[in-house]
Amino acid sequence: MNAAAQTIRSAKHARKKSSASELRHLLPYLGPYKSATAFGLLMLLIMGLIGAFPPLIIGAIIDCLKRLPRPLPNVTDAVHHGGGSSWHTLLQPVLHFYQPGSAHTLGILCLMLVVAVFVKGIFSFSSRWTLMRISRDIEYDLRNDLLARLVKLEPEFYVRNRTGDLMSRCTNDLSAVRMVTGPGIMYSANTIVGMAVAIAVMTKISPLLTLAVLIPVPFVFVIVRYFGRVIHDLQAKTQAMLATLSAKVQENLAGIRVVRAYGQEEAEKKSFDEANKQYVGQNIRMIRAWSVFIPVLQLIIGFSMLFVLWVGGRMVVGKAMSLGALVAFYTFVGQLVFPMIGLGFGTNIFQRGAASMGRLNYILDVESGISDVETQEKPDEPVRGEIEFRNLTFTYPTTRSGRGTQPAAGTKTNEPVLRDINLRIPAGSRVAIVGPTGSGKTTMAALIPRLWEALPETLFIDGKSVRDWPLAVLRRAIGFVPQDPFLFSETIRENISFGLEEATPEAVENASRVANIASEISDFPGRYETFVGERGVTMSGGQKQRTTLARALIRNPQILILDDAFSSLDTDTEERILQGLEDVFQGRTTILISHRCSTVHDADQIVVLRAGEIIEKGTHEELIGLGGYYAELYQKQLLEEELSRE
Amino acid sequence: MSGHHEEEKLGRIYDTRLMRRLLAYLKPYKWRVVLAIALTLVVTPLRLVRPQLFQEMIDHYLTPVLTNKIPAAAAFNGITSIALVFLATLILSFTFQCGQVRIMQSVGQHTMYELRKQIFGHLQRLPMSFFDWTPVGRLVTRATTDVDALNDLFAAGVVAMVNDFFFLVAAIVWMLSLNWKLALAAFAVLPLVFTVTWLIRNNVREANRQIRVGVARINGFLQEHITGMIVIQLFNRERKAEEQFKGLNWAYNLAYKKAILAFALFYPSIDLLSASAYAMIFWFGGLHVLVGAVTIGQVVKFYMYSQQFFIPIQDLSEKFNILQSAMAASERIFKLLDEPLSVQSAVNAVKLEAPQGEIEFRNVWFSYGGGKNPQAEDWVLRDVSFRVAPGQNVAIVGHTGAGKTTIIQLLLRFYDIQHGEILLDGVNIREFDLQHLRRLFGIVLQDPFLFSGTIESNVHLGTDSIRREDIAKTLREVGLGSFVESLPHGIATEVTDRGTTLSVGQRQLISFARALAHNPRFLILDEATSSVDTQTESLIREVVDRLLLGRTSLVIAHRLSTVQHADRILVLHRSRLREEGTHQELLARRGIYYRLYQLQDKDQQLRRAAPMEETAGTSLRAND
Repeated sequence: MNAAAQTIRSAKHARKKSSASELRHLLPYLGPYKSATAFGLLMLLIMGLIGAFPPLIIGAIIDCLKRLPRPLPNVTDAVHHGGGSSWHTLLQPVLHFYQPGSAHTLGILCLMLVVAVFVKGIFSFSSRWTLMRISRDIEYDLRNDLLARLVKLEPEFYVRNRTGDLMSRCTNDLSAVRMVTGPGIMYSANTIVGMAVAIAVMTKISPLLTLAVLIPVPFVFVIVRYFGRVIHDLQAKTQAMLATLSAKVQENLAGIRVVRAYGQEEAEKKSFDEANKQYVGQNIRMIRAWSVFIPVLQLIIGFSMLFVLWVGGRMVVGKAMSLGALVAFYTFVGQLVFPMIGLGFGTNIFQRGAASMGRLNYILDVESGISDVETQEKPDEPVRGEIEFRNLTFTYPTTRSGRGTQPAAGTKTNEPVLRDINLRIPAGSRVAIVGPTGSGKTTMAALIPRLWEALPETLFIDGKSVRDWPLAVLRRAIGFVPQDPFLFSETIRENISFGLEEATPEAVENASRVANIASEISDFPGRYETFVGERGVTMSGGQKQRTTLARALIRNPQILILDDAFSSLDTDTEERILQGLEDVFQGRTTILISHRCSTVHDADQIVVLRAGEIIEKGTHEELIGLGGYYAELYQKQLLEEELSRE
Repeated sequence: MSGHHEEEKLGRIYDTRLMRRLLAYLKPYKWRVVLAIALTLVVTPLRLVRPQLFQEMIDHYLTPVLTNKIPAAAAFNGITSIALVFLATLILSFTFQCGQVRIMQSVGQHTMYELRKQIFGHLQRLPMSFFDWTPVGRLVTRATTDVDALNDLFAAGVVAMVNDFFFLVAAIVWMLSLNWKLALAAFAVLPLVFTVTWLIRNNVREANRQIRVGVARINGFLQEHITGMIVIQLFNRERKAEEQFKGLNWAYNLAYKKAILAFALFYPSIDLLSASAYAMIFWFGGLHVLVGAVTIGQVVKFYMYSQQFFIPIQDLSEKFNILQSAMAASERIFKLLDEPLSVQSAVNAVKLEAPQGEIEFRNVWFSYGGGKNPQAEDWVLRDVSFRVAPGQNVAIVGHTGAGKTTIIQLLLRFYDIQHGEILLDGVNIREFDLQHLRRLFGIVLQDPFLFSGTIESNVHLGTDSIRREDIAKTLREVGLGSFVESLPHGIATEVTDRGTTLSVGQRQLISFARALAHNPRFLILDEATSSVDTQTESLIREVVDRLLLGRTSLVIAHRLSTVQHADRILVLHRSRLREEGTHQELLARRGIYYRLYQLQDKDQQLRRAAPMEETAGTSLRAND
């Protein structure tokens, strides 16, 4: 609801902002298609010019049947008297064979009608096929650019911006922008050409009737624009209410146990009913607008027809024009209906497109906060794996919020998560970090691959500030197993070889074996080719964790970070994995985050974090001797082991 | 990628069985539907009248005046009166159309409302096991997006479709009756029009299917990659993700180009065919005019009719698409509505008027999978029997996954057990009305869940017998008195977003107040594991003691104090009831309980050593 409301607000805001300045960002995207666009517009122009012929031919047919000596006298008179050289050349061949009341002339005119429409069709096809394709190609380019930008943005950006909001920019806003480059341009050009041609020819027949017929145009424009806006705003509101409705269902289903335990079904139904009613009410408001919009349009355009009948009929009686000219006029008015509507729609499309382009620019223009900009040199030597935290204090730059402008509700901003951390991890050694939830363990690990940027001169890799390492080099040297085992809905093979350009089947199998997941994978229907997620197998938390472990191992990393990677596994499985990992650990820097002593007791150093500070540091034996947090944790572990043997 | 595979399927355009079921929803509005159809019958002739007026003007005034058969003045007057009739038809059809759209639409909206209400109501009654297997997202889609697909049918489809259909039929009949030869000349191209429309429609349909799949894939990819962006970056996958996305994007682009091609061909073809139809009318009709068999006015009229003819035919294919997706959506909706309600209240439900307060589990076997095979591994409870005498306070302890929470879920009959019996005051719980059964219990769950509403409504939960003074009194009893008074609206203060504005401790206390106010005979308490400050902790302990007094209670215990003071302790271990007795007895046995007890002790010590701090944004994942 909030997001949608925000959309409305930002749309309104953007309307005030200059549309042109937002849309200017589109120009570079049009660049590659300049000549194609010009071609499409040329086709459209020719199509519009040819469009003048069918009504004239129909008029000539009627006049021929009426046995007029010359068809459409108002037009052809000029030709006859030598005035207007362009008309002369165009109409001379027609006049040449024209004979009043002749079946032969009738036949030729009917054939000409079909041929004219056929030729017009060729140009209509070329212009639509060219212009619409360009709009899809630009959409394609824009969408690729959006993703290219998104993959470069650091986690901080994703904390600040909700996934749903980003998604909506990449879909809804992109499609609004697409409307500009496609229908927006095409309809506008079509309207301009169609109107210009029709008005030029119609004035030739009768300036008075042309004026009468065009009276509704400004009304159509105003009405289309007005309703276009009203309907669009209503649509945004309807969308927001639909979101509320969805949220209601979502919330209810998420808490369905509680709802039933407290016998709240009826109350929930009532509350859903309210949202349901509101939504229906909103829809009905929308319908009211629609139910007037279309009939009003028809009414106004009907007035054009009325004028043709009334004013035109009286002119025919007064011999100011021929009957053929009247029918030609009628046909022209029919051809003008769409351009008239297009005028209003076109401006709305441009306006909406500009607002949406602004929302796309938000992504396209944002600079990545963590990049290689500061990296001076490109190191030749690979990462060895020595890590040092030097008086490191870390505060998250933003807490979760909409735009980063308003502080998030209920969260303490600017509280350091890590305070004065000093820790040297020699290359090839193993360090374990333990401590209660929220003590900053994960943050410590996340600073190493620069997911978050540590302050300058507080974190060093191989004695060099972490900011001096190029991102790609640094991350390539790290195998990270995150707390939350995130897998992509691709095959298991794809998931395991995720961080490698090329992986041999042996490498994938080997990594799986070490991660103790190989035997389970071979039980899956498609083995390594089985899809993860809805399209294939649903994996248990433990299976996912082991797969992400294999994903990290296959990279043969210099630094291995396991962030609570075994939490979903029972101690036996964990034991087996750890044994298998012994070889892997040799020669690598390993950072183990865990709640379990069994995982960490072999580490070279064990660090206990509490509320962002290191409170204990030493080997297993030393910490047991200390009798502090770690010692307590260890005793608890022993009890659990005893219990599991029952 | 929430179930786009299901959405990929293309159903039939028309399905009698589905249609009949859909139409049943219109029944309450049948008179309005009749009125809308009646209006159609009025609007259609109005559309036919206008070309007729042109013909009359030409044949009755223009032609005679040009051949000097009538004076110009008479013709002027005649034309003006025809123009007035024309104006009248414009205004009439405007009014009728407005009315028609409104009536049909409001019927449509009320139908949607009804359907949504039914879906939601059904969801409230479906067995809990259904939710274990069905993703929430899919169910949300049923109640919202799918119903909206039907809405499109009502909004854009039905009215226009009915109007167009009536118009086509009426125009065909009318034209044939006027001059069947000329009419046939006009209709000559129709078979071609239908063929072209059908051919292109097939292309567009296939393209649209590919577009829908493309959209779903792109959205799925974006969703997944935005959520897992950190993994992409950690594993240097940026380039590859871009390439992959380009692939999806390109497939989508190609699908659209297919549709563009189809439409770019469609519009000119229809134009060409309609021009051919006009040429036929002018040629064939013209020849008749030249020999004086037909008037020019009639030819012009036929030309105008056939012009009106082509618009609805072009629209038909679009209407078919709407119809098709509406059919597919309704099929999914009805499938959900047909989902059987397996856990239901007994037909002759029993009520406990004055409950004594005895709970008994008799050889209960239970598995979430509905396990048929007693040897299988998935039993959550195996042969569990125990009895809680009226007024007794029993604690259940056990390690994670031992089946403690399941006991509560079974007692509330969220699931039916496979073997054995669960009895309240000697009556099998299957014999009770479900809601009555659940209302017998006062429940305090681990996650203190608040409903959207006020503090007051969260305490009384719709029980009318609880008065406002009682609520204020209970809130004072649980120690929230001064807090509530400090709020701007007192007990009428809204708890927004399911209680996020209140602290965990306050939420717990409110849920205690809820249980106290209802004064239930049975009490179920799932003690919270999350830590609160020591002051709240001692407050909670006091309230719990008061709550337990004189009630039959089952407590899933995490606090040592609760365990120690229980009348009896049940020790669950690996789906079985392994030990039973008082605290002292069980400690003396030095078995499972002894170790569990020590474990809890350690837990509390660790918690005291390192109080948990709520820190924002520590999660590696982008939050959402």
